[in-house]
Amino acid sequence: MSTPIRSTSSRIAPADRWDHFLARWAVNRMGHRVEPGLYALGSPTPDAPVFVTANYTLSFDTLRGALAGVDGYILALDTHGINVWCAAGKGTFGTDELVQRIAATGLTEVVRHRTLIVPQLGAPGVAAHEVKRRSGFKVEYGPVRATDLPEYLKSRHATPEMRRVRFTLADRVTLIPVELVGALLPLLIALVVSCLLGGLMSALAVGAALLAGVVLFPILLPWLPTADLSMKGFILGGLVALPFSLAVFWRHGDWASWLQVASALAWLLILPPITAFLTLNFTGSTTFTSRTGVRREIYAYVPVMAWLFGGGVVLQIALRFLS
Amino acid sequence: MFNHYQVNTLRFDAEKCNGCGMCATVCPHAVFAMNHRRAQTVSTVVRPTACMECGACQVNCPTDAIAVESGVGCAAAMIRAALTGQKEATCGETQCDGG
Repeated sequence: MSTPIRSTSSRIAPADRWDHFLARWAVNRMGHRVEPGLYALGSPTPDAPVFVTANYTLSFDTLRGALAGVDGYILALDTHGINVWCAAGKGTFGTDELVQRIAATGLTEVVRHRTLIVPQLGAPGVAAHEVKRRSGFKVEYGPVRATDLPEYLKSRHATPEMRRVRFTLADRVTLIPVELVGALLPLLIALVVSCLLGGLMSALAVGAALLAGVVLFPILLPWLPTADLSMKGFILGGLVALPFSLAVFWRHGDWASWLQVASALAWLLILPPITAFLTLNFTGSTTFTSRTGVRREIYAYVPVMAWLFGGGVVLQIALRFLS
Repeated sequence: MFNHYQVNTLRFDAEKCNGCGMCATVCPHAVFAMNHRRAQTVSTVVRPTACMECGACQVNCPTDAIAVESGVGCAAAMIRAALTGQKEATCGETQCDGG
């Protein structure tokens, strides 16, 4: 007994856009799902192409939205509401689920051909030769981006450009809301603590360092020097710390000059590691960092961050007693 | 300097390659290119340091010519795993980022 074929269209309704907006703001993060199974897009014949995707609304809608005017089938795998690439890395968008979903939907009875168009970023979870052996279906890896599908369908060939993953300014800006929501609690705690310990100016400085890591960093990523995300973060954090550091000289004009220099130095020690720690954590959101590289970054930079931050805090506390 | 991404775990055994080209197809960073050597086509690693260890090439290589310790390059997940002593969670199990 195979599961029913649902129908869908390429139209993205206002309700869909609202759902995407909520997903981008991390509201009900795991709840943006469509039912796994087979969907008819338009009026497909038994020769119509079959597109495989995840059961995350953003993935599913991006696919169908890109297929305006195309009659075909969409096979949504159960990835528990996770996008194709992340689910493939985890294996839920994978060979087993694909083979089982083909059987459960009775796809062999629905289409005459034996070809599946699988998004290229699903490849970490799908062994094409295994799928062929176990289900009889040939996996054809389509382009990275669904928007390239109409062009791809003309020749069934992806250009080298279509095969490359990007991380454009728009891609990076899209991530900011979810990064912001994720950082909200630590942000509030840090603001309260720094306000209680050092006053409003301290809270402002710490807040600026945090927001630099969460909001400015995704925007500026490719233009900040060096390859390591932590180093990029130290540079950005240093720039943010500079005005707070220099402000010490006119705010405390009555202090002895060595106290002024020490206090200015304290800000340069405390703030950059805050930004750098956040930018190191952005590795999970990029499209290019390897696990080996990230591990090496952690070992190289986290101790430095801890020492600088700890040293700066100790210095700042000592200065409060001295001034 | 300040580039910890110049080494990774990607290993390619040209002797085992049957020239199917799947690695070049699935790689999102154009690490592989197909070359004609004598009468046959084989894959070559042309951008080794661009590898992000996603594992797509290894999974789709029918002759086991590729080895890579695949995983998610996510510092938050690694640090959390190190602190809690649990295995690395990937996207979806926690508040992990990545869309």
